[in-house]
Amino acid sequence: MDERRFKKRIVFLILYLVFAILPVYWMINMSFKTNEEILSTFSLWPQHFTTDHYRTIFTDVSWYSGYINSIIYVAINTVISLLVALPAAYAFSRYSFLGDKHVFFWLLTNRMTPPAVFLLPFFQLYTTLDLMDTHIAVALAHLLFNVPLAVWILEGFMSGIPREIDETAYIDGYSFPRFFLTIFIPLIKAGVGVAAFFCFMFSWVELLMARTLTSVNAKPIVAVMTRTVSASGMDWGVLAAAGVLTIVPGAIVIWFVRHYIAKGFAMGRV
Amino acid sequence: MKPVNQKAWFLILPVILCVAFSAILPLMTVVNYSVQDIISPERRVFVGTEWFKSVMRDEDLQGALIRQIVFSLSVLAVEIPLGIALALSMPAKGWKSSAVLVLVAISLLIPWNVVGTIWQIYGRTDIGLMGAAFAKLGFDYSYTGNATHAWLTVLLMDVWHWTPLVALLCFAGLRAIPDAYYQAASIDGASKFAVFRFIQLPKLRGVLMIAVLLRFMDSFMIYTEPFVLTGGGPGNATTFLSQYLTQKAVGQFDLGPAAAFSLIYFLIILLLCFILYNWMQRVGTTDESGAAHG
Amino acid sequence: MAQITLDLAHAYKANPQRDEDYALLPLNMAFDDGGAYALLGPSGCGKTTLLNIISGLVKPSQGSVKFDGVDVTARTPQQRNIAQVFQFPVIYDTMTVAENLAFPLKNRGVPADRIKARVGKIAEMLEMSAQLDMRAAGLAADAKQKISLGRGLVREDVSAVLFDEPLTVIDPHLKWQLRRKLKQIHNELKLTLVYVTHDQVEALTFADQVVVMTRGRAVQIGSASDLFERPRHTFVGHFIGSPGMNFLPAALAQTAPPGATTLGVRPEYVTLAEANADGALLATVTQAQDIGTYWLLTAKVADGTLVRARLSPEQAIPKAGDAVWLAVVGVHTCYYKGEELVA
Repeated sequence: MDERRFKKRIVFLILYLVFAILPVYWMINMSFKTNEEILSTFSLWPQHFTTDHYRTIFTDVSWYSGYINSIIYVAINTVISLLVALPAAYAFSRYSFLGDKHVFFWLLTNRMTPPAVFLLPFFQLYTTLDLMDTHIAVALAHLLFNVPLAVWILEGFMSGIPREIDETAYIDGYSFPRFFLTIFIPLIKAGVGVAAFFCFMFSWVELLMARTLTSVNAKPIVAVMTRTVSASGMDWGVLAAAGVLTIVPGAIVIWFVRHYIAKGFAMGRV
Repeated sequence: MKPVNQKAWFLILPVILCVAFSAILPLMTVVNYSVQDIISPERRVFVGTEWFKSVMRDEDLQGALIRQIVFSLSVLAVEIPLGIALALSMPAKGWKSSAVLVLVAISLLIPWNVVGTIWQIYGRTDIGLMGAAFAKLGFDYSYTGNATHAWLTVLLMDVWHWTPLVALLCFAGLRAIPDAYYQAASIDGASKFAVFRFIQLPKLRGVLMIAVLLRFMDSFMIYTEPFVLTGGGPGNATTFLSQYLTQKAVGQFDLGPAAAFSLIYFLIILLLCFILYNWMQRVGTTDESGAAHG
Repeated sequence: MAQITLDLAHAYKANPQRDEDYALLPLNMAFDDGGAYALLGPSGCGKTTLLNIISGLVKPSQGSVKFDGVDVTARTPQQRNIAQVFQFPVIYDTMTVAENLAFPLKNRGVPADRIKARVGKIAEMLEMSAQLDMRAAGLAADAKQKISLGRGLVREDVSAVLFDEPLTVIDPHLKWQLRRKLKQIHNELKLTLVYVTHDQVEALTFADQVVVMTRGRAVQIGSASDLFERPRHTFVGHFIGSPGMNFLPAALAQTAPPGATTLGVRPEYVTLAEANADGALLATVTQAQDIGTYWLLTAKVADGTLVRARLSPEQAIPKAGDAVWLAVVGVHTCYYKGEELVA
């Protein structure tokens, strides 16, 4: 009975993974085909295998720098988001204070407007601050939706830790920073890992703000990719190749946080 | 329950600064526009609630709104259970766990316009894998010609794209359950279903709330993927609220009504989320560590 | 209710060569039916591993576990019919107290009226009858631990109840209440109880027999007085008692048995002696603390070792800096070769 249950899970997992990977495989497939072949024939594997699209990306400075730019502002944003979110989440989780529930919900409301609404005001704001076309501008703009998310996720995980742990640590003589860093954060590893990954991910794929606030120096990869539509039609192959390459940094991030996400709640002897 | 401590405000001050900086100023601008008729950059006339009234009376808006609500509810109905099921079946330890984690997360990392573009080809019966497969199976599949097919394709694409978000949240949430609970359940003779119902699901309440609210909000604002895939068609079968708003603002270059509509849009989402949030809080319980904010 | 016999060892790796490879060094012990036992030792000594082996959550890498003579090593905890109370309360949040207590019985198909009667009886024993219809999640930690305990007791054929440091999250002023409750339940139900703790007071007050463990080894099993009077291992002498036993080189005593390297004497048995008396040492007092019911004297002997003595307040207490003679050799003195007791 247990064996059968176990098998059903494996079958379900494999079915889902197939469902998830097929479009990705198709994208990889497309990235090695010429545009003509993409639009004319149905083939499971490129009939005329070509690395032209990848070469275009690796040799064209704007593509290459697009990746670097994206990585820079996404990294800045993720770090800031986590740094401000951790103490705030702790406050919401452990204390009760004037207006706490309202602020908590207000945070989420910042994610409830289509970003298009903010384009013009952001443009004006960052122009005034003389921060246009900088990595920091995009990093700051993305705080709008990443910080509330990070706070919500971290708060949820923090609330799962009984307050007795905090109290026992204080009785044992731990200062608050030491307790927070050496005891508390390891306990909420899974939440930190997930929050970090989501901040990275949402910032990485955000297009409208990133495109509006940058022009040359900080142009991210997502904006560069929209250049693939030209007078001669869409450059499907290059787009597919770029798509494949955008997965790589994210896959690396998830690889790094995998232990955080998969680590259990090891409630050892306190 | 939770001790009262007003000094906690210092801990959340950085967060408020970051978010308010990004939110309040633009919001004020939007409110400003929504009550003016901007005929040209120099000539503006204050018109009060004129735009709000005309927006609410628009029939196309009502159509888009209903389509949007049905879509968002469908998204939740499919992605939440599927995500939970996926999280339960993902291995917890070892190299397999890491491999599955990466494979599952891939669809989240692809820029949304690329998602739409790839599915465009993917769904074509002549040059795409899925389209060709449907054709082979005998379906007269066409996401450009058939409204229902278009709708289902957009939904399928969203499920493919975003279920991993739910799954990752639930996966992390499951890892946070101490072994002792499973041991106690084993000692109590609980069935696998009882373990799910009485231990796993209650402990996932926190992350599920985040997942539901996130997916609801994001699907309600969905723009790029359906726009790239179907352009809103056939007809306006897949024209959801966001696209409708953009058409109004960009197409007709009417900043006033567009701003008014943005505010209404925001308020609709706010209202629905508020209801969802409070309903989920009430369904949940408070426990000793003061987890609920009910 | 069962008699538990253990004849096992547990190693981390497949081919254990040295002592360090073992989580539990080979041991052979028996817990009598209906007895209350404590597994006492510092963190990491293997007591929780041993408990989990008894309950079936862990399988020993070698050896066997027998309940009433039947080999249960391959059986799950459920099959062994044990109950376990963990370090922090494990309850079903969505259920009421009554539903929590009824859960193990419902899973076994016990008829509803029997369940109700049994739940009522256990709730009364735990003094929780008034809270039966309350949501379990909203109660305090000690109430939740009682529910955890109750789920174990509610099964009439439970073979043993195992506790893994159950008072860890309980407020100090409620700890003694719960301890007393456990003792009461033991007397009433006559269950085999095994209790893991690092607190010697808990162990000594709760159990009839205490197993003292260190670094994977069970060094002594005995009653409180056995452990106090004749510790068979220097670790036991050091760990039990507050403060622990004094250890001095055996050469200081003429009556030491041959081969002995260390002598041990408890502060309770160290007395002030006449100068140059038999079995007495010259020492300089470094500290004299008034504990209330006694004075704790700390003095340094010739080779620098600190000796502690508990003195009754009725006599003249020396001050810091005084030179005193302390009688360390007497009928209560134990002699050790290495770490093992020889006399």
